[in-house]
Amino acid sequence: MIPLNQSDLTRRAFLGRSAQGVGGVALATLLHGPALRAAPARGAVHPLPLPQRVRRVIWLTMAGGPSQLETFDPKPRLAAMHGEPMPESFTRGQQLAQLQGQKLFCHAPQFPFKRFGRNGTEICSLFPHLGAIVDDICLVRSMTTEAINHDPAHMFMNTGSQIAGRPSMGAWVNYGLGSEAEDLPGFVVMISTGPGRSPQPVASRQWSSGFLPGRFQGVQFHGGAEPVHYLANPPGVDRSRQAADVGAINALNRLHGAHAPDPELATRIAQYELAFRLQASVPDLLDLRGEDARTLALYGCMPGDGSFAANCLLARRLAERGVRFIQLYHRDWDHHSQLREELPLRARETDQASAALVRDLRQRGMLDDTLVVWTGEFGRTPMAQGDKGTTGRDHHNRAMSMWLAGGGVRPGLVYGATDELGYAAVDRVCTVHDLHATMLHLLGVRHEAFSVRFQGLDARLTGVEPARVLHDLLS
Amino acid sequence: MPPLPRIAAALLAALPLPPVRAATADAVEFNRDIRPLLAEHCFACHGPDAANRKGKLRLDVREDAIARGALQPGRPETSELLLRLASLHADEVMPPPEANKPVSPAARALLERWIREGATYQHHWAYDPPRRAVIPAGENGVDHLLDRRLAVGGLTPAPEADRRTLIRRLHADLTGLPPSPAEVAAFVADPAPDAYARLVERLLASPHHGERLALGWLDAVRYADTIGYHSDNPRNVWPYRDWVVRSFHRNQRFDRFTLEQIAGDLLPDASDETRVASGFNRLLLSTEEGGAQPKDYESRMLADRVRAIGTAWLGQTTGCAQCHDHKFDPWTMRDFYALGAFFADVREPAIGRREEGMLVLEPAQRSRLDALLADEAAARTAYESLLPAIDAAQPAWETSAGTEPAPAAGGAAADRARKQVRAALAKAPAQRNERERTLLRDHHRGASAVGAPERAALAAASAARQAYHNSLPKSLVTVSVRPARVVRVQPRGNWMDESGEIVTAALPGFLPGPDFGGRVPDRLDLARWLVSAENPLTARAVVNRLWAQFFGLALSRHPEDLGSQGELPPQQMLLDWLAAEFMASGWDTRHVIRTIVLSRAYRRSSLADPAELAADPENRSLARQGAFRLDAELVRDRALAAGGLLSLQVGGPPVKPYQPAGYWMNLNFPPREYTPDPGEAQYRRGLYVWWQRTFLHPSLLAFDAPSREECVATRSRSNVPQQALVLLNDPTYVEAARGLALRVLAGPEGMAARLGHAWQLALQRAPAPAEQAEAERLLARHAADYRRDPAAAQALLGTGQLPVPAAADPAEVAAWTHLARVLLNLHEFITRS
Repeated sequence: MIPLNQSDLTRRAFLGRSAQGVGGVALATLLHGPALRAAPARGAVHPLPLPQRVRRVIWLTMAGGPSQLETFDPKPRLAAMHGEPMPESFTRGQQLAQLQGQKLFCHAPQFPFKRFGRNGTEICSLFPHLGAIVDDICLVRSMTTEAINHDPAHMFMNTGSQIAGRPSMGAWVNYGLGSEAEDLPGFVVMISTGPGRSPQPVASRQWSSGFLPGRFQGVQFHGGAEPVHYLANPPGVDRSRQAADVGAINALNRLHGAHAPDPELATRIAQYELAFRLQASVPDLLDLRGEDARTLALYGCMPGDGSFAANCLLARRLAERGVRFIQLYHRDWDHHSQLREELPLRARETDQASAALVRDLRQRGMLDDTLVVWTGEFGRTPMAQGDKGTTGRDHHNRAMSMWLAGGGVRPGLVYGATDELGYAAVDRVCTVHDLHATMLHLLGVRHEAFSVRFQGLDARLTGVEPARVLHDLLS
Repeated sequence: MPPLPRIAAALLAALPLPPVRAATADAVEFNRDIRPLLAEHCFACHGPDAANRKGKLRLDVREDAIARGALQPGRPETSELLLRLASLHADEVMPPPEANKPVSPAARALLERWIREGATYQHHWAYDPPRRAVIPAGENGVDHLLDRRLAVGGLTPAPEADRRTLIRRLHADLTGLPPSPAEVAAFVADPAPDAYARLVERLLASPHHGERLALGWLDAVRYADTIGYHSDNPRNVWPYRDWVVRSFHRNQRFDRFTLEQIAGDLLPDASDETRVASGFNRLLLSTEEGGAQPKDYESRMLADRVRAIGTAWLGQTTGCAQCHDHKFDPWTMRDFYALGAFFADVREPAIGRREEGMLVLEPAQRSRLDALLADEAAARTAYESLLPAIDAAQPAWETSAGTEPAPAAGGAAADRARKQVRAALAKAPAQRNERERTLLRDHHRGASAVGAPERAALAAASAARQAYHNSLPKSLVTVSVRPARVVRVQPRGNWMDESGEIVTAALPGFLPGPDFGGRVPDRLDLARWLVSAENPLTARAVVNRLWAQFFGLALSRHPEDLGSQGELPPQQMLLDWLAAEFMASGWDTRHVIRTIVLSRAYRRSSLADPAELAADPENRSLARQGAFRLDAELVRDRALAAGGLLSLQVGGPPVKPYQPAGYWMNLNFPPREYTPDPGEAQYRRGLYVWWQRTFLHPSLLAFDAPSREECVATRSRSNVPQQALVLLNDPTYVEAARGLALRVLAGPEGMAARLGHAWQLALQRAPAPAEQAEAERLLARHAADYRRDPAAAQALLGTGQLPVPAAADPAEVAAWTHLARVLLNLHEFITRS
């Protein structure tokens, strides 16, 4: 177990003592030295026990639960059985959401699949850009999860637990590995919504640091004038006025520290400096006007349009600046109804941009040390749901599709399979904990040993039950 | 327990868990030295969890460990336990390599000594009744117990803090509000020997003391204004929060406080007041998500409640026992579900919208509502007395109306209704069926000229009563329904698995409890047991949590876990004595608080020199006071108070301070607009801020306020750049800074006087010369700058709603606003020391 020190206070008191000694003079040294930053450069896992294949993660969350049957899992047999009753042998005793207690009918895949790449991998024709890079990504068709409602399912995917209060994976990764970003948080979250219906809510607990210290919490970047809460100066305060105040605050804090030594004070001073730098670095980061036309065309976005595509481009910029964990949400994949009408829109909003992200990372030599993950929080039923307007599919936790790309991931692989109707993963079934274990493995961390004492237990991202690193999909 | 040498104590505080004590001459003590080692390295497979026990060996029971040869008291060389630890064979060595729990040589040496000395076990400390040390008459128990330890350890306690620090500390801890400069001056100048004690009494009697104590309790019971899952919609429960404030204010006995929350509906003297308290049972997370399965959420809610009792009352982590017997503590799955079964009678929808709750009325509101109900009843009587006359006019109306009923107000439903009326009118009266007759009669009654004024009067009276009803406070309460829901042990916590044994309410088997003689106990029995003399946990858990409020860290470090994975408190005798004293005093919370704050230990300075800081960074020896950042709500309170803006109103509906635009953008079902409250509501204490679980106000979140989705016994205390951004840029703080500036400018004139005033209002002290110089530089810079840029000054002064006097010089106010802002951002400003 890696000890999570009891309070931040101790931790820094300890750091202060061992590194510098504590006292008025030492505080000033700490202030001007690089010893204290937003997040420690060095993480709790040090040295890393495994070879580090990737240094950062970009996690693309398709919120709402995309259908595997209209994305990456071709099921001709389901098409042949369209409209027929779903064989009870598949569904008896199973957890269903809105279809509970209803008559179940097979619903054919709504869009044709096409073969792409050297191996002729079949994916839905709505995703031609992903098709074009299918040889660079690893498709997983045997993903499963435990939860079947959005909120618990997101929590499970993000924290490995359906109970609130656990750290999200971005917080875990920053805790374990530390941050390489000088002037940015180590865990950044961005959310986009296509123009459309009324999508499922996404709670801020999804990027919470849970029982880990607050500095590991994800920071949400928004579009618009104030990308981070309270980042903008108050009206009438320009940067030089703000600088004068921050300077005065730190000068007065130093004076105070001279006669009341407090290990927290050195951190406080460093945090004011960082906050001031963030006020400049974040808007600079988010300003896409410096990107050339080719890049904008590659992603298919305009500066400041707040689209998923723009966020993908920002994700690359964050990655370049050393941000350890970048999570993008694109909402509105919850197609209980209007599957035929709505899913193609989500496909259009995400297909080109996610493929562009992979291409762009590769052309900049960054794909080798980045892990990109594309997944929803659960999959959808092969059965029709017809009680909410035009036909759609219900939530489903026994089968979903996702893909990974980047360092250490076997490109061009199709991993695992569902049964002939796409109801349940049957070959090389993957769990959320397996996915987390694999991610940690690529980051150089042994997931079994990566734990923090919480409420008397060694809490792990990968849970209590044994989880497996999916070695078969690693290169 | 023998005292720890000073260096060992420091080591203990700094080392990773579990603490491995350096070998000393002291006898090895099981609870202090051995249990943590066994818990960390062995109990997962050889502990209380029978289902996952390996090799039929359990090491948490001495007889079993001896019977299986793991222990041979006095003979470490033949004890299997040690042989396995030392084994070089991968298939023999314990713990197995894949467990990632290698045992250090120091720990092995300790185990060896323990076995050599006889391998004696002790009960887990927290499961024995707290021991009440004998305190000599006239002595403060806290000091008596601490001083002995400090003396033996050769530690010199810090001197008493200065008066200013003391009054600021007491204010922070007892009311959460800063003292005024005048209060500080009076206290500093008060020569009476009982000045301190009088101050304590004054603060304890303040209604704001109730607010201060409520902060911690509301975390422990996860109080919030919204349901938590998915749509995170509002629910009515704030009268419960006010009940908590009132209970602490009038120092309600903690045992009664417990009874009212868990079983306020079942008490023989149940009242609206105790029913509001029983809202505790409704504070958990609930969902309105489409597709949520009732049984799934029934299961989640049961577990949620068990965890709440574990955290708030017992200081026990029960969550593991939802899926398997606890690995480290004696909680079995049966204990878990049987504890949950106490709440199976609580009436609630498993999924979907909560009910609006019980009306919670002041006498005046009650009489107003009664009057409106009476008005409505009278209007109804008046109208109904006319019904025969109205109905008598129907045939004439039918004739005159022909087949065209009076047009009704729009909408598809109205159109449909009109069509039906038309169809009914078209038939001869004798041919109409029952439904058509009723339809026509009702339609005519609604349109008839006869009785029209009385009809309108009834409608108006009903509307008035309904509007008033809608405006009244309501609160979710507990209503018991029998038969209760069936509760089963859920194998691996899986709610779909209905193969588990059915359990009824029962107390945890490993703790002493009353014999109910075959009767199934109810929530009232549970509550009584929690605060019974035989329960060893509740009093400890409560005083341990309380201690953290007054020293910054609990006596046993993890207040949510007094089990074997928690910490054996370094000051165990003190924790035990406080717990025993708490019970013996009649669960008198204020008595415990008074004892703590009147102690010399509490009054010590928090200043430590580098050597002391290094030797005992966390102050586990309690040789000094703690210095720590204020809780989120109190940071807000202090800034508003310095700005002269703080509203001291106690209680009432939650309020909505300024919040960044779009923060609620990702909420849905329905989408929500956040509208900040106008007027005084903008300046209410942090305690009253709208608690949106999935999107807690970002200024509170930045300072570690918990979302209250789960029960929290202790808050983390981070130090992150977002806190600087909040204090610098949140309009609440910008406005408070202007408030402080205006107060200063309205006071005595002259630079020195003004700076002195500013420092007094913000920090209750005079500025040092160097500080004054820094401030003057800053003021000069900003004043000159804003004189050149009056538009910027106006923009700054326009933040928030506080008006600037017309006669004021905007550049001057702007410059002083900057200085005030600097003061509100100081480490000293947000630190309690």
